[in-house]
Amino acid sequence: MKNAKTLVLRTAGTNCDRETAYAFEKAGSVTDLIHINRLIGKKDLLSRYHILAIPGGFTYGDDVASGKILANELRFSLKEQINAFVRGGKLIIGICNGFQVLVKMGLLPGITGSLNVEATLGLNDNGVFTAKWIHLKTAPEKTHCVWAKGLPGILDMPIAHAEGKFIPRTGSVLKRLRDNGQIVFRYTDSSGTAAGPPYNPNGSVDDIAGICDPTGRILGMMPHPERHITPLHHPNWRRHKGEGDKLGTGMQIFRNGVKYIKDNF
Amino acid sequence: MKHYRIEVKDKPGIYDAVAEGLMVDIRDLGIRSVKDVDYIQAYTFTGTLTRKDLKKIADEILTDKVSQQRNIAGGFPGPEKGRSVEIAYNAGVMDPVEESVLKAVKDIGIKGVDSLRTSKKYILKGAVTRNDARVIAERLLYNKVIQHVVTGSEEEKEIKPYRFERVEVDILGMGDAALKKLSIKGQLYLSLPEMRAIQDYFRKLGRNPTDCELETLAQTWSEHCKHKTMMGAIDQDGKKFKNLLKETVMKVTRELKKPWCVSVFKDNAGIIEFDRRNNICFKVETHNHPSALEPYGGAETGVGGVIRDPMGTGRGARPIINTDIFCFGLPDMAASKVPRGALHPKRVLKGVVSGVRDYGNKMGIPTVNGAVCFDERYTGNPLVFCGNVGIMPKKYSTKKVSPGELIVAVGGRTGRDGIHGATFSSAELTHESETVSSTAVQIGNPITEKKVLDTLVVARDLDLYTAITDCGAGGFSSAVGEMGEETGAEVHLDKAPLKYKGLKPWEIWVSEAQERMVLSVKPSRLERLMKIFESEEVEATVIGKFTDTGKLRLFYEKKQVAELDMDFLHGGLPKTSRKAEWKPVRQNKNSLPRRKKDYTGDLKKILSSWNVCSKEWIIRQYDHEVQGGSVLKPLVGPDHDGPADASVTRPVFNSNRGIALSNGINPLYGDIDPYWMAASAIDEALRQITAVGGDLSRTALLDNFCWGNTEKPRQLGGLVRASRACYDMARVFKTPFISGKDSLNNEFNTGKKTVSIPPTLLISAISVVRDVRKTISSDAKKAGNLLYVVGKTYQELGGSHYHLVNGKKGGVVPRVDPVRAYDTMSKLSGAITDGLVVSAHDCSEGGIAVAVAEMLFAGGLGADISVKRVPRPASLDRDDVILFSESNSRFIVEIDPSREQEFLKRMKKVPAGFLGTIKKKKDLVVTGAGGKTVISCGTAALKNNWKKPFKRLMHEKR
Repeated sequence: MKNAKTLVLRTAGTNCDRETAYAFEKAGSVTDLIHINRLIGKKDLLSRYHILAIPGGFTYGDDVASGKILANELRFSLKEQINAFVRGGKLIIGICNGFQVLVKMGLLPGITGSLNVEATLGLNDNGVFTAKWIHLKTAPEKTHCVWAKGLPGILDMPIAHAEGKFIPRTGSVLKRLRDNGQIVFRYTDSSGTAAGPPYNPNGSVDDIAGICDPTGRILGMMPHPERHITPLHHPNWRRHKGEGDKLGTGMQIFRNGVKYIKDNF
Repeated sequence: MKHYRIEVKDKPGIYDAVAEGLMVDIRDLGIRSVKDVDYIQAYTFTGTLTRKDLKKIADEILTDKVSQQRNIAGGFPGPEKGRSVEIAYNAGVMDPVEESVLKAVKDIGIKGVDSLRTSKKYILKGAVTRNDARVIAERLLYNKVIQHVVTGSEEEKEIKPYRFERVEVDILGMGDAALKKLSIKGQLYLSLPEMRAIQDYFRKLGRNPTDCELETLAQTWSEHCKHKTMMGAIDQDGKKFKNLLKETVMKVTRELKKPWCVSVFKDNAGIIEFDRRNNICFKVETHNHPSALEPYGGAETGVGGVIRDPMGTGRGARPIINTDIFCFGLPDMAASKVPRGALHPKRVLKGVVSGVRDYGNKMGIPTVNGAVCFDERYTGNPLVFCGNVGIMPKKYSTKKVSPGELIVAVGGRTGRDGIHGATFSSAELTHESETVSSTAVQIGNPITEKKVLDTLVVARDLDLYTAITDCGAGGFSSAVGEMGEETGAEVHLDKAPLKYKGLKPWEIWVSEAQERMVLSVKPSRLERLMKIFESEEVEATVIGKFTDTGKLRLFYEKKQVAELDMDFLHGGLPKTSRKAEWKPVRQNKNSLPRRKKDYTGDLKKILSSWNVCSKEWIIRQYDHEVQGGSVLKPLVGPDHDGPADASVTRPVFNSNRGIALSNGINPLYGDIDPYWMAASAIDEALRQITAVGGDLSRTALLDNFCWGNTEKPRQLGGLVRASRACYDMARVFKTPFISGKDSLNNEFNTGKKTVSIPPTLLISAISVVRDVRKTISSDAKKAGNLLYVVGKTYQELGGSHYHLVNGKKGGVVPRVDPVRAYDTMSKLSGAITDGLVVSAHDCSEGGIAVAVAEMLFAGGLGADISVKRVPRPASLDRDDVILFSESNSRFIVEIDPSREQEFLKRMKKVPAGFLGTIKKKKDLVVTGAGGKTVISCGTAALKNNWKKPFKRLMHEKR
């Protein structure tokens, strides 16, 4: 496939749509910003795309719980289309609020399938919205997530959320996440070591920052890769001039998604 | 119709951060009886629901199955020992959650719900007395301006629909006393000459005004909307101004004639050129009085309001940057000292920060910088400045209304919220304000505004409307009144969508309900426009049309309720004429603190003072990265925790052109002389721009004056001095003012006495940066690099932090020599752009010592420095004065030794003195003029001192 097509989903309160679309375009994808009302109104629209991106924001004000109302809407209004999209081997990425949506609609972790809710993203342990740069490590277990190929050992990225504390429903869900290689990103210190708070900024169980589904094609993560796609995004680009592996590292995630489509479709 | 209640709380074993935070606050109040807190979210639905429906709503929408449990049988059983407090919104206060949940209920196919009220229930466990519960509720859980404690069952009071009745106010026969009384009782807040002008106008018409007409005039003529003082005549000790603003702040812009100034002092924000395709616009304004009464709602609507300014500038800009500056009372003030009717400064701070956070973050606009000042005189009257920058394609920088075009109201519905906001902001706050003026306070719904923004940009790009403005102070009255000034307008008030019934026509007209914009639309484009709004569920309604009659006509159910000549409405206001006086404060020249051998303690104290200390607790709550444009963030250094100067943002993907933004404010100087306060604020804002590598020749300024009661000649005298400084400085710096605002009458009456805020001028600077890759940050980068101080140090400790921490008053306030300052800044900016400077930091509160300390601890480094070569008059030999003086136009810079000579050559004729060398060892050792060590301390310890105040205040563990 020459053209990978990405749909960046918008609705009331979405606010990282433009920069997410830009990242996909920069990665070589044809990208459209589509409002959910259009997707619901035109049932075959989703099938024309290869990648569905649910960007960050505060959909419907994050009222009740972050991502909950949009998750509910997708579950009840677009269930079949999304199931078909996933069955067709296509890709989904949820960033920040998008991750919350994927978890709350049951698409992630997706261990048992059929949109069962197996985890949640709860209020940060510090109780407030927190914006800061953190270090991420691709998990020590091997992940087969297609979005995570060829990433450097440690990635710097900003988080900006109030409800990002990953909580699996049970201990066995966590075990299966580990065993399946579904844990894609963990919060660490700058050396890549698990170090608890404040390196784990929200109290996530097992320092989990991002997970994929068992197929590795659906990725959800709290940190914002689209906010670190050029060296100038990094808070210390002035210090790290010339250290290419540190700067702009979020871009690889988008390249991976687009390359996967180009290779497989 | 029945009520159904669903309660939701965390499962046992789940860490409840809300409850934990509340426990900390309760202990903070000194209450020890509460052993634990349960937090319950309650939803009360009205309608007809089956048990199955209720279960489905609870399980699918309201409960998180992983972490929460719910009760649908009337509520969780109460605690064995303890008290519960339930808080709900007052009738008429719109709850954004209601709209979202009703949508979700519809999404899952349940139809029997009519309405929803949410409430929060707190179970205070332990031997909690009734009084403990009351204190906790009043201090922490609710604000009676918008909320109440639920007692017993909440019966919705039926609101009666409004039945039209034409109300005339009999003013024709009134004498002066009666006119004055009407002005105050009717919350019109107009002066006697203004009331007389209205009386004369209606005498000529031979009839009395309607309530609607009086309200329209009071709103249009309010200080808030017309800036009567600053635009009025002033006689200051014999020097006469016809129009202070036009003869100072606006005059300098006219004289400088910058080709890149696109629209100044005209539109909702000042517009300057950004690049070949885009212009940017900038506006800063205050929302002080509402924030005093309801800090969260006041700040939220302050941010929401200022964002709508760029959205309503030209034909609409897309907001890209927020900046917020606050002035509060001392946050560690003893609760017993807080005057009656005022909220504790810590509560105000927390509320304001939350409001700014929630609105800014939810709008998806990065809050990239700001400032916070503390002084006990802000306790009853805090200041909340909110600023926003927008970007727009050049062709959308203008607007023009033509007769025959339709008036379309877009966005939120109109309610009773914010009635008399425009007039109220011109009145003094008193201990009774919370009851008298509570309708002036509102809470916002950022998602509604975001939806409006999303659709407006689409409509703009299709040229579907010809003009736009926002509904701010004065609501429709102000928006339509201004848009139709040149043409005429008629509005059918009954067409405006309302939040609830019962509003009188004049209430609809002046309501300041949030999230509303007004458009002028050609009838042929209406259908396409409406489709765009409909597609994203944004409410839009035609409420009238622009005419060629030169009159404002208002109707309700086809009956005329107002008819005013636009000429009179906008031009009939009698000129205000005021007296001002100024006498310099006599300075005690021998006010210096006693000499010491060691000033390490003073440095630590200044670092821990409220104004200087780290504001990380606030900054981290704001999303400063959204939109992906931030290239110089508010916190810098390897650990991202040192203080930055100006912020730098790159608003266009794929372009390295940027915007530097900064603020200058220092009320302590104003106590001595507002002239030098204003000059210092301008210098500070421009220093920050310069320190990152910004260029004065592409920099514009905004002014925001917040003063006490300017009917007092001394207060007004200070205002005149500050305005004159704005002219004098900007003229030499060649930096035009492009927009501004003033908020007068910032006083608080405790019932016993009136406390005026210190005269406060905020200067905001915006600068277009050609290439953001050439900007630098303030954190020290490398051991072996050299530290220089640029600019001359004088004995200027008046209003300084050195005096503040030593309990000294008076002294010589820092002055500005704009000719030298301009030379310094221009050359330094050039040196930075050419790569000769590794890092630079603005030298402000706390002087050289604080600036050097901040650079070092931000960079995780140390330095040995000496005051020996600090450029200064020969007579200045005291180490403490050299180290802590707050002289303007100074910088600390870090230079690579290999570029030292080149740097000094570039700085020719600019005083620059070698301080010392940066080293790996993390300590700061300062040698005095006599060769002895006067400061010696680890930089990590200095950083701790700098971070400590907010950590303690907020009980942060780390």
